[in-house]
Amino acid sequence: MATDFTFPENAARAAAAAQELEPEKMSLSMGPSHPSTHGVLRLQMELDGEIVTRADPVVGYLHRGDEKIAENMTYNQFVPYTDRLDYLAPLANNVAYAIAVERLARLEVPPRCQAIRVIISELARISSHLMGLGAFGIDVGAWTVFLYTFTEREKLYKLFEELTGARFTTSYTRIGGVARDVPEGWTGRVDAFCDQFLPILEETLALLTRNKIFLDRTAGVGVISKEDAVAYGLTGPNLRACGVPLDLRKDRPYCGYEQYEFDVPVGARGDCYDRYLCRGEEMRQSVRIVKQAVANFPGGAWCATDAKRIVKPPKDRILTSMEELIQNFMLVTEGPQMPPGEVYFEAENPKGILGFFVVSRGGGVPWRLKIRSPSFCNLSILPKVCVGAMVADIVSILGSFDFVMGECDR
Amino acid sequence: MTATAEPAALLPEKFPQVTARASLDWPAFNLPAAEAPAVLRWLRDEGGFDHLADLTAIDAGAARSPRFTVVWHLFSTSRHDYVRLAAECPDDADPAMPTASGLWPGANWHEREVYDMFGIRFPGHPDLRRILMWDGYPYFPLRKDFPLAGLDTELPGPDVAEETGARLKPAPYMGGPFVAPRSGTLEEAEPRAKDESWTERQEKPDGGQSS
Repeated sequence: MATDFTFPENAARAAAAAQELEPEKMSLSMGPSHPSTHGVLRLQMELDGEIVTRADPVVGYLHRGDEKIAENMTYNQFVPYTDRLDYLAPLANNVAYAIAVERLARLEVPPRCQAIRVIISELARISSHLMGLGAFGIDVGAWTVFLYTFTEREKLYKLFEELTGARFTTSYTRIGGVARDVPEGWTGRVDAFCDQFLPILEETLALLTRNKIFLDRTAGVGVISKEDAVAYGLTGPNLRACGVPLDLRKDRPYCGYEQYEFDVPVGARGDCYDRYLCRGEEMRQSVRIVKQAVANFPGGAWCATDAKRIVKPPKDRILTSMEELIQNFMLVTEGPQMPPGEVYFEAENPKGILGFFVVSRGGGVPWRLKIRSPSFCNLSILPKVCVGAMVADIVSILGSFDFVMGECDR
Repeated sequence: MTATAEPAALLPEKFPQVTARASLDWPAFNLPAAEAPAVLRWLRDEGGFDHLADLTAIDAGAARSPRFTVVWHLFSTSRHDYVRLAAECPDDADPAMPTASGLWPGANWHEREVYDMFGIRFPGHPDLRRILMWDGYPYFPLRKDFPLAGLDTELPGPDVAEETGARLKPAPYMGGPFVAPRSGTLEEAEPRAKDESWTERQEKPDGGQSS
């Protein structure tokens, strides 16, 4: 037999090697139970080696039907549900919801109530950004930052507990005002907190801002262009980091924000590092606002006084006078009576712009309440941002977005 | 270029079928569903409303017709003002509305949510599937005829159960010492101790399906 020089086994080996060199995409599902997804976000990714070629977020694991529930609750009964939207800044959600519903009745709250609302919104902003930065830091490996920020958050929680009775789910605002006045000396304690917070904030941010490892992991990662950011509905620090100077506290002031002097940080490149810098600077500006509000804290009523079918009368009158008793009874059983109509109000919350679209057909229960969630809109850009990034960058991107699934899913 | 004039005021002139809608805050307009893409495009390009703030729907209840209304809120990042647009879906049984995802990519998820919650389809949408509920969920929860307590859904079919290992196991307390029968008056439905007839020799009976 003639010698056969075709070497079939070599050819087979060459073919097998060529097969291996051909890229085979791997599908990886990150979440919903994962320490770095900041809640129950599931990210279905398709990887080519280490590079992500497709990312499809799956949300809805924390969907509780808040909008359906709102159609069955009176306006004041829904306030605890707003706590649980962005549960890292519940006071800010309470304030945004109360203002939105008050717009239905064109109800103006007195200056003291506005000042209280501004102070608590800004303290909530500081609390939320501390959490966001802490979680971002720990995700990229900076463990110390997390504990430093949580020490400060603990002090904030003590202040919230003194004011509202709860550290976490505060349910502090009511339609037409707030649940109770500030306790004696509370504003002084807030001021003291602000004074001691600023040096600690600088120390904490100094751990990351010029840190080579942090810069390598965040600079140039997850870049979002201005046009994309606006087209996808991004808001808050995520939008400002891309260079769009939109901040509703300055551009559409509400709740007395026009009285306070503060700056709005705007980024340049729209990468994770810029988002980090924006949040850090926003905390400094929030302290500025709180100190101004405390220094000019007005006296007077902490609830609207001339809104009989919306605001509770004072407790001592309820217990002694028949008319107030009936008024309180109607308010509790039937809810604050709102005229028919539609309003849409957006507030600058720590995570972005939180909007409430309230459709009322009269009565104490809304016909439809839509919650425009900043985290929902921020996450919609993930399929675009994650493509081309490496798996480790995904963690940076998710951390820099600072979203909350409670708000995204409602 | 309508840089100084209010685009919202110019809208009825440019599109005669657009009518004013009662609103307590921002300018609001009703439009016919077929006009929606053209109006939205004009507002985005000529009107400077570059930001889609919100896209949602309202269910007026089965008694009213037309039943479903889709509402868009647009925001202008340069002028800082809003406009509300509302269009009724022409068909109550199979509501549909042209998609805005070609104009704003952010509308993609908003329309998926409207489809998920109301069942309104958006022809032209690149990927219309449920977003908050799981794929295959049979109901549209925010419709007024869907009860607040929800409706029971089928568990995964036998082939899915076999592959994934999902089992229907009764909740830990069901069939245990304390049972709360589902039916009856409130008094009868209170949890009460069940006869504990199991011992080391006789195994605790499996809770089984709840009665």
